[in-house]
Amino acid sequence: MGVEKAEMLGSEADNVRVLGNNVITTSLDLLVNWSRSRSLWPMTFGLACCAIEMMATGAARFDLDRLGVLFRASPRQADVIIIAGTVTHKMLPVIKTVYEQMPEPKYVIAMGACASSGGVFDTYSVLQGIDQALPVDVYIPGCPPRPEGLLYGLLKLREKIMRERNTFGAAIGAGEVVPG
Amino acid sequence: MAKKETMTINMGPQHPSTHGVLQLVLELDGEIVVDAVPHIGFLHRGVEKLAENRTYHRALPLTDRLDYLAPMSNNLGYVLAVEKLLGITDKIPQRAKVVRVMMAELTRIKSHLVWLATHALDIGAMTVFLYCFREREAIMDMYEKLSGARMTSNYFRIGGLSQDLPEGFEDDVRAFIEAMPGHIETYEGLLTGNKIWQKRTIGVATISAEDAIDIGLSGPALRASGVDWDLRRDNPYSGYEEYDFNVIVRDGCDTFDRYKVRLDEMRESCKIIAQALDKLEPGPILADAPDVCLPPKKDVVNSIEGLIHQFKLITEGCKPEPGEVYQSVEAPKGELGFYIISDGSGNPFRMKIRPPSFVNLQALPQMVRGRLLADVIAAIGTLDIVLGEIDR
Amino acid sequence: MSQAVVAKLKGAFAASVLDVKEHRGEVTVTVKKEDIVPICQFLKDEAGYNFLCDLCGVDYLGQQPRFMVVYNLYNIATKERLRVKVPVAEDDACVDTVSTVWATANWHERECWDLMGISFNNHPDLRRILMPADWEGHPLRKDYPLQGPDREPYQGRLS
Repeated sequence: MGVEKAEMLGSEADNVRVLGNNVITTSLDLLVNWSRSRSLWPMTFGLACCAIEMMATGAARFDLDRLGVLFRASPRQADVIIIAGTVTHKMLPVIKTVYEQMPEPKYVIAMGACASSGGVFDTYSVLQGIDQALPVDVYIPGCPPRPEGLLYGLLKLREKIMRERNTFGAAIGAGEVVPG
Repeated sequence: MAKKETMTINMGPQHPSTHGVLQLVLELDGEIVVDAVPHIGFLHRGVEKLAENRTYHRALPLTDRLDYLAPMSNNLGYVLAVEKLLGITDKIPQRAKVVRVMMAELTRIKSHLVWLATHALDIGAMTVFLYCFREREAIMDMYEKLSGARMTSNYFRIGGLSQDLPEGFEDDVRAFIEAMPGHIETYEGLLTGNKIWQKRTIGVATISAEDAIDIGLSGPALRASGVDWDLRRDNPYSGYEEYDFNVIVRDGCDTFDRYKVRLDEMRESCKIIAQALDKLEPGPILADAPDVCLPPKKDVVNSIEGLIHQFKLITEGCKPEPGEVYQSVEAPKGELGFYIISDGSGNPFRMKIRPPSFVNLQALPQMVRGRLLADVIAAIGTLDIVLGEIDR
Repeated sequence: MSQAVVAKLKGAFAASVLDVKEHRGEVTVTVKKEDIVPICQFLKDEAGYNFLCDLCGVDYLGQQPRFMVVYNLYNIATKERLRVKVPVAEDDACVDTVSTVWATANWHERECWDLMGISFNNHPDLRRILMPADWEGHPLRKDYPLQGPDREPYQGRLS
C-alpha cells in the first residue's frame, strides 16, 4: 500500500504495528480515514478574489496536486467545498444546492474573511459568514489568504479527518460517524 | 411535419468557465444559440453604499476588491478622482506619478496574464495556464515587496503613495520586463499558429465597430473592432503624455484579434515600464497638502503630531468642497470611471463606479446569437470579465 | 469646446436647459426630464457624443426634487466629456429611457431602477439586475440602512 509508518501512526500509536517491512495492521477506521484524507477533491467553486488565490494554489508554483487535491467541476465527485469569496444572499441558495448535491462524507472550508465573517462587506446584500448556512470545518483567515494559507487549511482538514471515529462502521450502516 | 422547438439550458452561476458567478440562460436550437440572457448580481457586495459610509481614505481598500485581477488600476482610478475633487492634481510629485504608471502597467500585464490563462484553459490549452501563472507569480512577488499583500495591495494614497519603493525593487522590475517579451513569444508559439486555436477564435464572437460603440464596449475589446481609442493617450492622466507607446488597434472584430491586441498590449506595457524606470528619480512621494494627505507611517509611529494628524484624517476624512467629478482610467479591461459627488463632508456623498466589465458583458448576447454553444465559452473568455466589478 | 456645445444646446432647447455648471473643468448641464430623449438624440447626432460612459441615479434625500439621473457622455472623435443631469421628483420617479439612443443604457437603467428605484418609461426590459428578483426596497437610497432593514446595526466599530 505504500503507507509510511510515520504517516499511519496518526494520533494514537497503539492502533498501528508494523510487522517487518510489508505487513501492517491497523483499525479499519484509520484505514478509511487515511484514504479519505489523502485524496481530498475540492469542488471548483470560485466566488470572488479568493478564487484567484485558489487558482494560484492549484498552478505550478504551489501545486495542489502533490497533496492529492484535484479540482472537480461537478459536486457529485467532490469531497470538500472551498467557499472562496463573498457569499451574497442571492448566491446562498445556489451554494446550498451545490452542497446538497455533494455525496457524504463532505467537508466545508471557509476561505478568507468574507466567507468566515463577511469581512469588510458588512452590507445589506452580504451573508455575514457561510457558517450561518453550512457546517464549516476549517476557517482560513486572510483577505485573501495566501496560497500557503490554503495549503495549511487543507492539511488541518486532513488532521481533522484522521481524528474521526467509526468511519468504517458508518459506511456499512452501523451507527454514525463521530466527528474529529 | 415534426414540431420544432428550442431548448432552454442554464449555465452557471456555478460553472468553471463563466469566470466567477455569472449565470447565462441559453436558448438553443440544437447546438445553435438562439438567445442568451446573462443574469448577474451574485456577487453584489454593496461597495457603492459602503463607500458612502466611509471617509475618502477608508474607501480606498474597497476599490482593490472590485477588479481583483487588477487592484492597482482600481486604486489609481479612485485616487485620481478624489485628487481631482480636492483640486490637488497638480501637486502630485513626479516620483509618485512615475511609480503609479509603472505599477499600473505591471498590473495590466498581470490582468492580461490571468485572462490568457483562463481563456486558453477554457478553449483547451492547459499548458498556457501554467506558464501564465508562473509569470504572474513574479508580479505577485513584486506586489508583496511593495505593499505586503499579494493581491489586495492598497498601495496608492490620495496625494501620492503609501511608501517608497523597497531596495532592489527596480532591479526586479527590470529583470521582469527583460524576460517578459520572450515569455509572450512562448505563448504565441503555443497558440497563434495552432490550428485548433485558430478554429476556435477566428471569426468567433464578432462585433462591428458601430455596434461596439453603441453597446458601450471599451478597452481591448473595442480596439480589436478597429476603434482607435485609448484613454492613456487621448485623455492622459498621471503623466501618460510623457511616454512613448503605441495604441494597438486591429480590425478583425473577432476573438482572435482581441487575443492579438491584448498580447501586443503586454509588449507595449513592457516598453512603458522601461521608460518609467528611466524616469524614476529620487524625490518626495506624497503631495505637500497636509490637510488631505495621510502622513508617512514613520511620522505616525514616532511623533504625537503625526499620530493626531493620522487620527483626524482617518476619523473625519478630508473635506473636498461640494462638487462632482468623473475621472476614468484605461484599466486592463476598458474604461474604469469613478463618478464622485461631494457635499462638503468627509464621506463621499455618492460614488458611482463605471466598471468596464459590466458594460462589456452587455455585448455577450449579440456576440453569441446564431453561433455554436461552444463559442459561448470563447465569447465569455474574450470579453475578459470579472464579476467583482460587474456586481460591485 | 464644451461651452460651444452648451451654447448650441441652449439654442436648440432654450426652455429645457435649467442650469449649466463648471467644476474642475467638467461641464454639467441640468435639463428638464421631459426633453431628455430629444436632447440626448441631439447631443449624439449633432454634437458627436456617441459614447454613453455612465448613467446613474443620485438620491438627495431631504431636497426637492429628491433624485437626479446623471448621464456621463463622451465624444470619441474629439475626446470631450459632457455631463447631463435630470431632476426627478419622488412622487413621479420615472424618466424616459435613452436606450433607444445608446443601446448601452439598457443595463445602466436597469441598475438605476434596481438600486435607486427610478423607473424608465418604454424601457425594453426593466427588471432588477443586481439584487434578487424578490428583493424589497432600493438599497442605494439614502433612507435604506447600510446593513439592511432586518438587521440591528452593529455598534462595535465606527462604520
